[in-house]
Amino acid sequence: MFENLGEMVILLGRTLRSLPLVWRQRRKVFEQFYEIGNASLLMVCMLSFFIGAVVALQTGPVLVDRGLAAAVGGIVGVSICKELAPVMMAILIAGRNGSAMAAEIGSMQVYQEIDALRTMRIDPVHFLVMPRLVALAVALPLLVMVAIMVGWFGGALVAAYNDRIAIGFQAFFENLRDVVALEDVLNGLFKSFVFAWIVGVICCHQGLVTRGGPRGIGRSVTKAVVNSIVLIVVSDYILTRLLLS
Amino acid sequence: MNAASDQRSGGVAVEVRDLRKRFGTEEVLRGVSFSVDPAEVFVLMGPSGSGKSVLLRHIIGLEEPDAGEIRINGEPVRGPGVLDRYRVAMVFQSAALLNSLTVAENVGLYLSEHRLCPPEEIRRIVSEKLALVGLAGTEDKLPGQLSGGMRKRVAIARALVMEPQLILYDEPTSELDPLSAQVIAEEIVSLRDRIGVTSIVVTHDRALAFGVGDRIGFLNEGRLVAVDRPDRLAGHPDPVLRRFLQAASLQPSQEVRA
Repeated sequence: MFENLGEMVILLGRTLRSLPLVWRQRRKVFEQFYEIGNASLLMVCMLSFFIGAVVALQTGPVLVDRGLAAAVGGIVGVSICKELAPVMMAILIAGRNGSAMAAEIGSMQVYQEIDALRTMRIDPVHFLVMPRLVALAVALPLLVMVAIMVGWFGGALVAAYNDRIAIGFQAFFENLRDVVALEDVLNGLFKSFVFAWIVGVICCHQGLVTRGGPRGIGRSVTKAVVNSIVLIVVSDYILTRLLLS
Repeated sequence: MNAASDQRSGGVAVEVRDLRKRFGTEEVLRGVSFSVDPAEVFVLMGPSGSGKSVLLRHIIGLEEPDAGEIRINGEPVRGPGVLDRYRVAMVFQSAALLNSLTVAENVGLYLSEHRLCPPEEIRRIVSEKLALVGLAGTEDKLPGQLSGGMRKRVAIARALVMEPQLILYDEPTSELDPLSAQVIAEEIVSLRDRIGVTSIVVTHDRALAFGVGDRIGFLNEGRLVAVDRPDRLAGHPDPVLRRFLQAASLQPSQEVRA
């Protein structure tokens, strides 16, 4: 991954430089946006519901046993909006859409479609990469917003109906409102915005450097997803440190 | 055929000088030099791996040579705006159509992406170019719905939209039945005669090479061993060329019997 870091930074720079032309590619941006949203919304809801539920299930009994039942809503609220929703949704999108991007661009590279674009003096970054990155950068924070709400709901449901926790909806959300500030939600959305660029750049770059036929495409997809996950986790730590300070 | 397609875009002269290219330890081009006249169909033949396609990719700027240079009308091909100014187009061996776009979107891609004319005008030009290659009415089809020959003809139509002065064909008749190959060959000659475009054709196909080529170059192991008119090439003394031509003129069944 690290030997290609320079190339990825250049690709990001070229993509950012082509942003003024985004209106010309609005149809492609919308197609990608629809693809990401349509393909992922159900999975996002399922995943975040159960993440919220399991956080409540793990922390609830421990806190209740120590007389801290009132803190359950706050802990579930903060952990989902600041950490779990952005990270887990970014990983989901890397596996679901990032892999598709790497495979699609990779097969275009292998089957000379990108060469054909170049012979028509059409910049592949402008034509292929920029619409995907813009769509991801808009879609991922929106999906994370959905994930935060569904995750909170999942946590509240478990907190209410699990015998060992048994905290009502009202008490759960009152505590959540006391603890979670708007800034916490914005932190999570900002993280997801950064993760979107990371996933997009890694997956599109991996597609563009694909060589060697179908096996090469498979290798690229694997590398794209694995590298995305590693960089999401590493950058999550760095971002958390920066946002805390 | 209408007035627009009758217009002669005028071909360009191409000069390749001492071109060298190495991939890792393998030297793919070893000082290739030749020139192509305006409105000439120049055919490059040679065994697989002899460097023909790599040479084409250099001419259209997809590869950078280690040494040597290519000039179009006297200007270095890697100079600013040269490929744009002389409108160099390429027809790939795989046709390289964008599978997610319709035939019309593929053919009109150059015009729409560079915003060279309004959508109605693009539709008109696309229909005209598709009619020119015998594919009228296929505008809304996806490349996956077309046969190999039709895909190649769409690729030619896509190249024609650029009003090119130089067209590069990479194995234009590979994987095609003889009738489709004949249509492609006729198209290459007709483009030269009708709009005076310069063509460089890379092929293994002896019938195509001798049918369309004004001159034929024979490339072997990265070296251009012969360049001559088709009627003179058969008598060339190079043993690899003689064996290649002899083998290419045999039918598979004859080869087996021999």
